[in-house]
Amino acid sequence: MHMADALLSPAVGGTFWAATAGATAWCAKKVQRELDDRKVPLMGVLGAFVFAAQMINFTLPGTGSSGHIGGGMLLAILLGPHAAFLTIASVLVVQALFFADGGLLALGCNIFNLGFFPCFLAYPLLYKPLAGSGQNHKRIVAGALLAAIVGLQLGAVAVVAETVLSGISALPLQPFLWAMLPIHLAIGLVEGVITATVVLFVRQARPEILDCAAGGWAPGARPIAKVLTALAVAAMLTGGVFSWFASALPDGLEWSIEQASGKGEPVAPTEGIHGLFAGVQEKIALLPGYAFRTGDQQAVGETVAHQAGPTAWPAVDPGTSVAGLVGGGLTLLLTIGLALLFRKRRAIA
Amino acid sequence: MSAIESASFDLHRLDRLAACDSAVHRLDPRVKVLITLAFLVCVVSFDKYAIAGLLPFALFLTLIIGLAGIPSGFILNRLLLAAPLALLIGLFNPVYDHQPLMRLGTLAIAGGWLSLLSLMLRFCLTVGVVLALIATTGFNAVCRALEQLGMPSVLAVQLLLLYRYLFVLVEEGLRLNRARALRSFQGRGLGIRACGFLLGSLLLRTLDRSQRIHLAMRCRGFDGTIRTRNPLRLNGRDVLILAIALAALLAMRVFDGPLLLGRFVTGLLAS
Repeated sequence: MHMADALLSPAVGGTFWAATAGATAWCAKKVQRELDDRKVPLMGVLGAFVFAAQMINFTLPGTGSSGHIGGGMLLAILLGPHAAFLTIASVLVVQALFFADGGLLALGCNIFNLGFFPCFLAYPLLYKPLAGSGQNHKRIVAGALLAAIVGLQLGAVAVVAETVLSGISALPLQPFLWAMLPIHLAIGLVEGVITATVVLFVRQARPEILDCAAGGWAPGARPIAKVLTALAVAAMLTGGVFSWFASALPDGLEWSIEQASGKGEPVAPTEGIHGLFAGVQEKIALLPGYAFRTGDQQAVGETVAHQAGPTAWPAVDPGTSVAGLVGGGLTLLLTIGLALLFRKRRAIA
Repeated sequence: MSAIESASFDLHRLDRLAACDSAVHRLDPRVKVLITLAFLVCVVSFDKYAIAGLLPFALFLTLIIGLAGIPSGFILNRLLLAAPLALLIGLFNPVYDHQPLMRLGTLAIAGGWLSLLSLMLRFCLTVGVVLALIATTGFNAVCRALEQLGMPSVLAVQLLLLYRYLFVLVEEGLRLNRARALRSFQGRGLGIRACGFLLGSLLLRTLDRSQRIHLAMRCRGFDGTIRTRNPLRLNGRDVLILAIALAALLAMRVFDGPLLLGRFVTGLLAS
């Protein structure tokens, strides 16, 4: 599933943007250093291939519904992790710009969820050791299945974490997780089967493609540890930097933390994450004030601070509600009027 | 027509729209990308119950779409196609959030409904602004702008090549799909195994194509960068418009315009 801009808070979006930008720059450097300029058109055309492959549906046995390939794991097997990461990133950019799948701010999250996990965790740690040199059919199938499932499960967990941390959706952690994981288990299973079928077909028809495609990257070597630490440091740093802005502009993360502590909901896992983030934010934030907050928002914040109980959360002044409704209605009318005006003008022209 | 087929149709449509000419089309792509990003950050940074505060952004977006002459029906159509997913997640808000947040006479409205409305509004704004960007700028110009703003050039080349071959390969995929559907009776041959082989042969054809492209590019002296004839150049007008737009966005974010307007109007009515 793609994260949407609408579900995201600036702090979460910014953190993942930074992490993804770092990974992208690193991959770009790696691919450039390989100096194999055959890969340039190969990556481009394979990116387009993913879209074409998604045009071809298959029916799922037993259910009557149909599905299509995602393609992330196939790209990793064909291109190797670095080039595959860039290709997946480019596919997601096109999806975000043209198909309204995800969005520009959510791009960081989406590239991380759908690119990082399959390319840098599932592929080198599961597919490569399991599939080995690619001589054994069963090992290829097992590797593709397991890698696709694990990659998608990690992605699903990340989507849930990003959504819950953003706090725009009111979905609590546990039910959301319980809904997402089984669905993505099924998707991962199908993805693994179709990936394995394609890989086996290619291996039978043109074995040399698989041999030369993914050469060179030893699994479990040091780079992965380095990348992970670098990413963790980058994420924490930018998380800190962004939380300054986040605390200046009231955002979903802050609200959700307030809400979690205000309501005192007994959801232990979120409590841990929220508590951690609140602590980190408190320590790092240089601008804890509410410089940009307008009067009524500050009032809400103050009442929350004053009466820390379950009923404290929304204390709304009815006068503000009426004024907000009237003003909002007028702005809406103005917008619709403007749209109609432009429409009429175009009809005349 | 399936959703994905209509999506490929929309690709052509967006490309055609980007080739039109208007004041918005003529702006430097970097300026448009920066305004879009500022717009997104502003919209996303509102708290989860904000509705009235988001409406000025809808006004801003309508103004841009109107000035650029993009048919509003097209944007609305795309929004409707993409909306179910956001709605699916958003519908849980009223389920979990019962705090009454607003009172209209005796009717109390739960926070969940407000945040659902806010979420859908956010969704329309964020998707709409990205569609407006691509429909007024075109993909190639957006890529060049992103490259100038610091995206690695390998990724820029990758995006340009992907986009170039997207049209070719999507047509090929659709053709394969149609051919298989026409030859299939009682759903035979539509399963996962046949599909895998079909994808495999499409993949082999794609790899051969990439080989040919590579040779052709080498023959023409390709060295890893794509050069264009007219480099991007910022002029004073672009900078001025960027400054005005950013100031407007910031003002809309900081001041709750509709609330001030509403206070003014209710004040007038009361006096």
